[in-house]
Amino acid sequence: MILLETLRLALRALLRNGTRSFLTMLGVIIGVAAVIAMVAIGEGARQRVAETFASMGSNLLVVMHGTSQVSGSRGGSGTQPTLTWEDLAAIRTELPSVKLASVQARAGATVASDTQNWTTSVFGVDPGYFEIRAWSMRYGRVFTPSEADSGAKVVVLGQTVVDKLFEGSDVVGSTVRIRNMPFEVVGVLARKGQSPTGQDYDDTAMIPINTYNSRMAGGLRRYIPGVIFVSATSEEATARAERDIRNLLRDRHRLGPGVEDDFHLRNMAEVAQAQQEGTETMTALLAAVALVALLVGGIGIMNIMLVSVTERTREIGIRMAVGARPGHILWQFLVEALTLSSLGGALGVGLGIYVANRLSAQFGWPLMLRGDVMAVALGFSGLVGVVFGMYPARKASRMDPIEALRWE
Amino acid sequence: MDAPPPVVELRDVARVYQMGDTAVHALRGVTLQVTAGELVAVMGTSGSGKSTLMNLVGCLDRPSSGSCLVDGQDVGKLSRGARAQLRGRTVGFVFQNFHLLPRTSALENVELPLVYQGVARRERVRRSAEALTRVGLGDRLHHRSNEMSGGQMQRVAIARALVTRPRLLLADEPTGNLDSRTSTEIMALLQEVHAGGITVVLVTHSPEIAAHAQRVLRMHDGCVVEDRRQQMAPAGVAA
Ligand SMILES: Nc1ncnc2c1ncn2[C@@H]1O[C@H](COP(=O)(O)OP(=O)(O)OP(=O)(O)O)[C@@H](O)[C@H]1O
Ligand SMILES: [Mg+2]
Repeated sequence: MILLETLRLALRALLRNGTRSFLTMLGVIIGVAAVIAMVAIGEGARQRVAETFASMGSNLLVVMHGTSQVSGSRGGSGTQPTLTWEDLAAIRTELPSVKLASVQARAGATVASDTQNWTTSVFGVDPGYFEIRAWSMRYGRVFTPSEADSGAKVVVLGQTVVDKLFEGSDVVGSTVRIRNMPFEVVGVLARKGQSPTGQDYDDTAMIPINTYNSRMAGGLRRYIPGVIFVSATSEEATARAERDIRNLLRDRHRLGPGVEDDFHLRNMAEVAQAQQEGTETMTALLAAVALVALLVGGIGIMNIMLVSVTERTREIGIRMAVGARPGHILWQFLVEALTLSSLGGALGVGLGIYVANRLSAQFGWPLMLRGDVMAVALGFSGLVGVVFGMYPARKASRMDPIEALRWE
Repeated sequence: MDAPPPVVELRDVARVYQMGDTAVHALRGVTLQVTAGELVAVMGTSGSGKSTLMNLVGCLDRPSSGSCLVDGQDVGKLSRGARAQLRGRTVGFVFQNFHLLPRTSALENVELPLVYQGVARRERVRRSAEALTRVGLGDRLHHRSNEMSGGQMQRVAIARALVTRPRLLLADEPTGNLDSRTSTEIMALLQEVHAGGITVVLVTHSPEIAAHAQRVLRMHDGCVVEDRRQQMAPAGVAA
C-alpha cells in the first residue's frame, strides 16, 4: 500500500476523534515546546554572560582580603582584612605587568535629588576604575586626579539612579545629597544592564575613594575598605600579573613557603569560564527535563493507540479478511502514531518559538533559536511516535482475523 | 477429457479448538473437493462446523491436521502474509453481518481489497463503481454504510467480494439477517455471479436458498454427512 494512502487513512482516523487526538498530541507539543524554549533561554543566558564578561575585560584581576579562620571554621572571602593602602600602592607602581589598579569600596546609602530619593550602592573608587571596568560615560566626565586627591564631593551616577531621581537624563552639574551631604554630579555612566545574576549594574553612584574614606567610612583606616580591581597590560599578561601580584603580596605579608595566602586573587576570565559552564549545565539539565516530558507524551500516544487498536478490532478483522497483510496493518497504525507525534512536534516547535520569544523579551536576553535543536526535537518526537507506536501497531498486526471479526 | 483442477481440496481436515482443558472438535476429518464453476450450499445444525469450514477454505484459519488446498496452495503451510495474499487475490468473502467499514462510503468499502493489492486510485474507483453497478447500486456510490438497508449493505459486501475478480466466492449465511424477499434478491445475485463463472460456496439454514444450488453438503458435528447433487432451481424464483 502506498504511503500516501496510509497517510490519508491516518489523518482521517485522527480527525474522526479530533479532540482526543489533540489531547494526545498535547504531551508531545508541550515536551517539544519545552525543549526549544529551554534551550533558547539557556543559550540566551549564556550569550548574556559571555557579553557581560567580554565587556568587563578579559585582563581583569580582583584582589580580596583573606579568610578569617576561627577555630577551624572558615568565613567567606575577604572576611579577614589583610590588604593595606601600601599594598595597593606597591601593586600599582612596582609591577610592569599591571596597567591600572583601583580600590572598590562599597556602602549602601540614600541618594536624594530635590524631589526624590533612592537607596543605592555608593562605590568609592580611583579614577582609573572606569577604565579597568571598561565603563564609558554617557554624559560628563569621571573625576579628575585633583578631585580624587582632595576628596572633592563629586559623584558619577548610574543610569538607574538618574532615572529614579530626575525627570531628564542629562543631569551633569546638578546636585544630589548622599547621606545628606551635597555632591556635584560630574558624569553619568553609559548603561550596562543586568549582571547574569540579575543585579542591576546601573543602580550605582561612584565617588572618589578619598571622599569615601572621609565621608562614608569615618576616616582612613589601615586596611582598605573593599577590594582591589587590577587590569593587566594585556590579555596575555593577565597570568603573569596574577603571579606577580601573588609574589608581591606574599613577600609584603612575609608569608614563608608552605604558608597559605592571606588574600584572595581572582582571575575574571576564569570566573567567566565557570559561569559559562554553569549556564551550560543548567541548559543541559532543563533540556533533559523537557525530554522526559516528551517521553511522557510518547507514553500518552502509546496509550491512545492501544485504545484505538482495541476499538477498531473489527475494522482490523475486515481489512484482514479482504487481503490486508500483517505488514499493512502494522504500517497503518504506525503511520497514525507517527502522524500524531510529528504533528505534535511541529505544533510544539511553533509554541516553543513563541514562548522563547516572549521570555527573551521579558528578560531582555538575546533570542537564540537554534535550528539544530529544533531539528533534533522534531526528529525525536518522530522517533517517540515510532517507538511508542510500535507496540500497539504490532498488537494490531498480530490479531487473528477470525477473532477480530467476531469482536463486539 | 480431464476433470478441471479443484478450486478447493480438503484432505482429512480436522480443526480442534482448545478451551482450557477441553478440546472442541469443530471439524473431524473432512475430505471434499469443490470443482471450478460449482455452486455449493452448505447446510447443517448450528455448531456443526460450517463457519469453521468456510474460514479454512477462505484462508482465514489453518487446519489442526490434514491439508486444505485452495487454488492448489496448502493453506496450512503458508505464512500469515502469504495467506493474506492468497485470500485477497483468490477468495471473496460475504458475511452474515456484512462487515462493512463503519462511516465509510460504499465506494470506499468496495475499493478496500484493491488498496491492499496496490491498484492505483483511478483504476480502483473505476473497478469499484463498476462492481457496485453490477450489484444494482450504481446510484448509491457515496452512501455511507450506516445510511443503507440490510439488503443494500449485503450488495455492497458482494461487490467488495467480486471487485478483485476472485476464483471463489464464500458466503457464510449471506441472507441470515435479511427478510425473505431481500434474501431471494441476494440469492439471485449470487446465482448471477455463479453464472459469470465464479465458484460459489454458501452456508445457509434455508432449504429454499439451498434449492438454488447444484450441490448440497450437509454437516453434523464436524463431519460432512451428506453430499448431494441436484437440479438447480432457476434464479429469482422463490421455491
Ligand atoms: N474460537 C473458538 N473457540 C472455541 N470453540 C469454537 C470457536 N469457534 C467455533 N467453536 C466451536 O466450534 C464448533 C463449530 O462452530 P461453527 O461456528 O463452525 O458452527 P456453525 O456450523 O457455523 O454454527 P452456526 O450455524 O450457528 O453458525 C462449535 O461447537 C463452536 O462452539
Ligand atoms: Mg456459523
